Amino acid sequence: MSHELIEGLFVRYFGNPLLLPLEDASTFRLPQGKAAFTTDSYVVKPLFFPGGNIGRLSVCGTVNDLSMRGAEPLYLSAGFIIEEGFAVADLEKIVVSMSEATHEAGVSIVCGDTKVVERRAADGLYINTAGVGVVPDGVDISVQRALPGDAVIVSGTIGDHGVTVLSQRQSLHFRSPLISDVAPLNRLVRSMLDASPTIRVLRDPTRGGIATTLKEIAGNSSVGIEIDEELIPVSEAVKAACEMLGLDYLYLANEGKLVAVVPEGDAGRVLEAMRGNIYGKNAAIIGHVTQDHPGIVTIRNSYGIKRIVEMLASDQFPRIC
Amino acid sequence: MQRSEAFRDPSIVEKLRARIWAVSRKPVRIMEFCGTHTHAIHRFGIRQLLPPTIEMFSGPGCPVCVTDNTDIDYAIALSKRPDIIVATFGDLLKVPGTRESLLTSKAEGARVTMVYSPLDALNLAADNPASLVVFLGIGFETTAPAVGASVAEAESRGLDNYAVLSMHKLTPPAMRAILDSREIGLDGILCPGHVSTVTGWKAWQFLTDSYHIPAAVAGFEPVDILWAILEIVRQCEEGKPRVANAYPRSVRPEGTRPAREMMERVFEKGPACWRGLGAIPGSGLSIRDEYGRHDARRLFDVEVPESSVPDGCHCGEVIRGIRKPDKCPLFKTICTPLHPVGPCMVSSEGSCAAYYLYG
Repeated sequence: MSHELIEGLFVRYFGNPLLLPLEDASTFRLPQGKAAFTTDSYVVKPLFFPGGNIGRLSVCGTVNDLSMRGAEPLYLSAGFIIEEGFAVADLEKIVVSMSEATHEAGVSIVCGDTKVVERRAADGLYINTAGVGVVPDGVDISVQRALPGDAVIVSGTIGDHGVTVLSQRQSLHFRSPLISDVAPLNRLVRSMLDASPTIRVLRDPTRGGIATTLKEIAGNSSVGIEIDEELIPVSEAVKAACEMLGLDYLYLANEGKLVAVVPEGDAGRVLEAMRGNIYGKNAAIIGHVTQDHPGIVTIRNSYGIKRIVEMLASDQFPRIC
Repeated sequence: MQRSEAFRDPSIVEKLRARIWAVSRKPVRIMEFCGTHTHAIHRFGIRQLLPPTIEMFSGPGCPVCVTDNTDIDYAIALSKRPDIIVATFGDLLKVPGTRESLLTSKAEGARVTMVYSPLDALNLAADNPASLVVFLGIGFETTAPAVGASVAEAESRGLDNYAVLSMHKLTPPAMRAILDSREIGLDGILCPGHVSTVTGWKAWQFLTDSYHIPAAVAGFEPVDILWAILEIVRQCEEGKPRVANAYPRSVRPEGTRPAREMMERVFEKGPACWRGLGAIPGSGLSIRDEYGRHDARRLFDVEVPESSVPDGCHCGEVIRGIRKPDKCPLFKTICTPLHPVGPCMVSSEGSCAAYYLYG
C-alpha cells in the first residue's frame, strides 16, 4: 500500500482548506467560549456492520463526546493504523463514510496520520480520532451536576449498536433487521440547548449501555436515579435478539443515543425539541433523579418490583444452557 | 402482541400472584435446577411477588458453576499446549481454576477462543488443519445434543483435528443427590424448562414415584414461573405430588426425540465430578468409543497439578442451595464480578451473579 495512494485517498475525500497544505500541524482560531478536547480509538470488529462501519463510528464517536459537554464540534484529527494487505477498496469505503459523517455533522478533519504495520499486527484497521470544539458561554454540562427532582431522558431506542455488532461477529442471523444506530448527535444537542440551556448532564451510553451511564451519573453526582422499565424505548428486534441470546439491553452499547438529565420543569420543552430531530424521534423520559440511595440506580419493572441496577464487570456473554 | 409479552402481561402476573397468595398456607421450600431460572427469577423479581410461606432455593443448575476445578484445570493445561486451540463458551473464560483462569492463560499466549456454538468450533478446526481444536463441552441435556452433533459432523467430514472435552452433566442424578442429602427439607421442585424440552417431562416422574415430591416444569417468563409455582403449591396443599407441565408450548411428555437420539448416539453415561456435590455415578456424559478420536480425554495426556478450591470460597454450598449468596462472607466484598473468587459470581447463570446484578 503506497504512501502516495493513502495520501491521495485521504486528501481526495477529506480535502478542506485547513488540511490541504498538508503541513505538520493545522492552525486555526477558535470562536469565543471554552475549548473542549477529546480523543478516542476505534477497534470495532467487524469493521463493517449494518448501519455503518469503523469510519463512521470514529467520526460520530468523537463528535458525540464533544457534544456531551455541550461543545460545538469543529475540528477532528484522524490517525490510521493499517495492516499490510488491507484491501484498498475497503479503506476507500471507510474513508468515504468518514467524509459523509463529517459533512453530516458539519465538522472537518484537519490533520491526520497513517501507519502501515505488518500482517496480523492491527486486526485490519484501527482508527484514532481526536476532536476540538467550543462550549458556548453559559453552558455547563457535567456528569457531576444531576440534582434530585431532575428528569432522566433517553434520546431513542437502546441496544441497537451492541446487539447488531454481536450478531455480525458470530453470523447470528435474525429474521428482524438489526441496525447500528451510529450517528452524530451534535445537531440534536444544539436543538436541546436552544430549548433549554439549563441541561445539567449529557452522556452517550456507549460501552456498558445506559445502565453503566446512569450508574456513572449517580456516582459522580452523589444522587440516586430511579427508572421505569416500561418507559425505556427498545425496538422489537433488539428485544427479540436479547431474549434469544440471554442478553440484557440495559448493558448493550449505543453509538447514536444520549442520556440527558434536565430540570423537571424544562423536560417537556427539551423532549419536544428532541422529537423534532431525526436522532431524537423516539426520545422518552425514563425516570428521575432522587436524593434517596445516592450512587445507586434502581429500576421498577411492570410488576412494581424495584431492583438495583449494577454495573457489569465485563461484556455480556450469551447464555449457555 | 409478541408471545413473550403475553407471558409477561402484568394483569396475568397479578392474577397468578393473587392465586398463589390465596392458596398457599403451608411453608413451602422450592428448588430450581436451572441457571436460566435463577437468572429469570431474580431479573423479574419473582421472589418479591411470593408470600412469606414460599422460599425459593437455587440448586445445581448453572453449567459453569457445577464444573469442578479438576476439569477447569485440565482445560487450562490443554490450552498451554502450542498445538491446541481451546474453543469455549464465553462464561468459562473467566472462571478461576486452582492457579489461574483460561483468560489469564490466553493473556500469556495460549490459543483460547470464544465461540457461541460448538459448530463454530468445528469450523475453526476446518479452517486450521494444522492445529487441534478442543471444544470445552459444558452444559446439561440442553447443550449436549448440539455438541454431540458437532462430534458426529466431525466424524463424517473426517475432521480428525476436532475434539471435545466433555464435561456435560445430567440433571436427574443431581436432583437425586440433593434430595438424598436432605440438607434442605425441600417441598417442591421447579424442573428446568430447556432440559425438559429435550428430555420430556416424564424424565421427572421419579420425583413422584421415588420421592413423592411435588414438581412442575417451568418456562422462563414470569407467567411461566408463577404458574409452575402455583402448581407446586397446590400439590403441596392437596398432598398430591405429581409432575405438572407448566411449559406445554415447549415441553412434551417424551421431549425432542432427534435431540435425545443425537445425545445417545455420541455420548454414554458415566461418572462425573460436580463442584459442590462431588462424584456422582452416571451423572456425566462421556464420548462413546466409536467417536473416541474426538474425545479430548483419550487423546491428550496432560499433567495437571493437584486441584483445590480457594480458601473461603463457598460456591459448593451455594450450588447445593444451603447458603444464599448474600450470606457468603466474600459476597460483594472480596468476590465481585470484576474479581470473582468462584464460578457462581462469574457466570451469568450463577446464583451469586444473579444476586449481585438483580438483588
